[in-house]
Amino acid sequence: MERVAENLNRALHAAFAADPDLFLLGEDVADPYGGAFKITKGLSSGYPDRVLSTPISEQSLVGVANGLALSGGRAIVEIMFGDFATLAFDQIVNFAAKSVAMYGRRVEVPVIVRCPTGGRRGYGPTHSQSLQKHFIGVPHLSVHEISPFHDSTALLAGLLADGEPAVLFEDKVLYTQPMYEPGTDGPFVADFPFGAGGPARLRASDGDDVADCVIIAPGGVARRALAAAGTLFAEHEITCEVIVPTRLYPFDVEPLLPALAGAEVVCLVEDCAAGGTWGTEVAARVYQRLWGRLRRPVVLCSAEAEVIPTAAHLEQTVLPQASDIHRAIWEALHA
Amino acid sequence: MKAGTAISVAGIDAGIDVDDLSSLLMIRHFEQSVLDLFARGLLSGTTHTCLGQEYVPVALGPLLAPDDFVFSNHRGHGHYLARFDDPEGLLAEMTGREGAVCSGVGGSQHIFRGTYLSTGVQGESLPVAVGTALWFQRTGLPGIAVAYIGDGTWGEGAVYEALNLAALWRLPLLVVVENNGIAQTTPTARAMAGDIAGRAAAFGIAHVSVTGSDVAAIRARLAPVVERTRAGGGPVVVEFATHRLGPHSKGDDTRSAAEVAAEREHDWHDAYRRLDPDLFAKVEDEQRTRIAEAVDRVLARPASVWERG
Ligand SMILES: Cc1ncc(C[n+]2csc(CCOP(=O)(O)OP(=O)(O)O)c2C)c(N)n1
Ligand SMILES: [Mg+2]
Repeated sequence: MERVAENLNRALHAAFAADPDLFLLGEDVADPYGGAFKITKGLSSGYPDRVLSTPISEQSLVGVANGLALSGGRAIVEIMFGDFATLAFDQIVNFAAKSVAMYGRRVEVPVIVRCPTGGRRGYGPTHSQSLQKHFIGVPHLSVHEISPFHDSTALLAGLLADGEPAVLFEDKVLYTQPMYEPGTDGPFVADFPFGAGGPARLRASDGDDVADCVIIAPGGVARRALAAAGTLFAEHEITCEVIVPTRLYPFDVEPLLPALAGAEVVCLVEDCAAGGTWGTEVAARVYQRLWGRLRRPVVLCSAEAEVIPTAAHLEQTVLPQASDIHRAIWEALHA
Repeated sequence: MKAGTAISVAGIDAGIDVDDLSSLLMIRHFEQSVLDLFARGLLSGTTHTCLGQEYVPVALGPLLAPDDFVFSNHRGHGHYLARFDDPEGLLAEMTGREGAVCSGVGGSQHIFRGTYLSTGVQGESLPVAVGTALWFQRTGLPGIAVAYIGDGTWGEGAVYEALNLAALWRLPLLVVVENNGIAQTTPTARAMAGDIAGRAAAFGIAHVSVTGSDVAAIRARLAPVVERTRAGGGPVVVEFATHRLGPHSKGDDTRSAAEVAAEREHDWHDAYRRLDPDLFAKVEDEQRTRIAEAVDRVLARPASVWERG
């Protein structure tokens, strides 16, 4: 069994082995520590000139990555807690993304900003956020999320080859969980009907072809969505298929349309605080393409529009739980 | 005050004040209990203990007025306890129990009480401290802004923007640097070109370096430094050469046993004990018991309630 953190670590090693011009910068990323979440373990030993532990200087880390990229290299930046990507917002939005197009010709800026993300570890309001929504809708900046159903080696290689900056969100609890193998997710089996690298689709092995409900849930919330799918079937015989994308923005809704049009209910799940989120962006696209064919409004399960408390009993009331997803779908079907 | 003043105290010469010793040991036992509660699974999330650094806020305590605006950081338990003597409120905050200072929302590193505020984002507080110092200056109130930051936090650009403003506007700002020689796992020498004294000098800001952990002696020497800032003399950076005896947060110490042992050589705990073993043992017993009882009481309380704003 491979854990998600190990898979990502292996992906970084593969990226360095494949690319002599790749750099990685971040706070405390060097061995023996290997980063606050151990994702960069072994890299500084293998590539001491290109894996740099830095001072606590997020804005400059991304700026330096931008400079390496301008010079013809590629760079990955680890922001210790994704919350601190806000300190690098200027370099990401106004330099990296802008430079791709604002000089009147395409300039390649192959930079990945890695953001360990999300709550459920009790780290409190400034160390638990899911800030995906703040990076959505920036021209030439793509937004991604790791998933237990996708090998990160292919994901990283794709992002580095893309030539444009990317922000990669990595759920911190997911790090500790196993990568998918048949059996890791109960009766749910993954396939990739939208192409390799496209969203994974999870369906109960003995399920029908057409599900009552289609849940779209990125990596950090995917297993909460699966838990809800499990109880909806066990308690109400409601069948769900769960779609797990890694590319959040720009989001390609086209290949999903047949499944969405056939479903009784479409549900989007995210850990972002409600309001102007990835979920509302996807919902808008679904409405545009399927207006008149959807059976009912899209169900949006976001975090509450609140700070994320430290204490577990309070945090639970803010972040979407499997039971919240279950209830939202049940209520939509019975409204 | 000229730039580059150095205060160096060796041993504990100024004698033992029982209140100070009680504060020191209260904080020490609080922090040890925190690590113990973590190990026993009774506390979750993250925490950064100030083991070895307790004397810094204890020395500063009486020099600060109740209305001075104090900004703390991730390693803030000692800062809070030295100011409020409230281990139960802080522990309740960290465990999400009734009586929590911030209802269990903020946790270990996000506390706001009166004119005391902490935040877990490095460098974020210094510009805010400048704002409160500007308020003191403009309203003619006698208060000063005090910001605790670590050596590693000097990596953040906001620190320099704030120092520049504070110097330009001659604001009543006391920057307390707890230079423990390390930031998480990164030794200061790997993260800082030059030094803090030179950086303060670049802005024309007075810099005072403090070595040693004799609370009374440090306090006596710092009193005029704080008063000068309070009287309109402009910002000052007071840099303590201090020692982190514990892990960065819980079990994440990358230093070798020998390195940690070398840090322990500087522990105020042993120096104070040697000075008066009987008094020390008595006060230590009191504080050990006090904290143990506080832990029991807090853990027996119901979960905190959050009145959402
Ligand atoms: C903006 C920001 N970046 C990174 C972190 C993660 N972090 C928390 S404490 C710390 C080290 C701080 O070192 P220092 O300022 O020397 O304080 P010390 O921990 O030694 O007391 C780091 C990197 C953070 N909290 N905020
Ligand atoms: Mg430090």
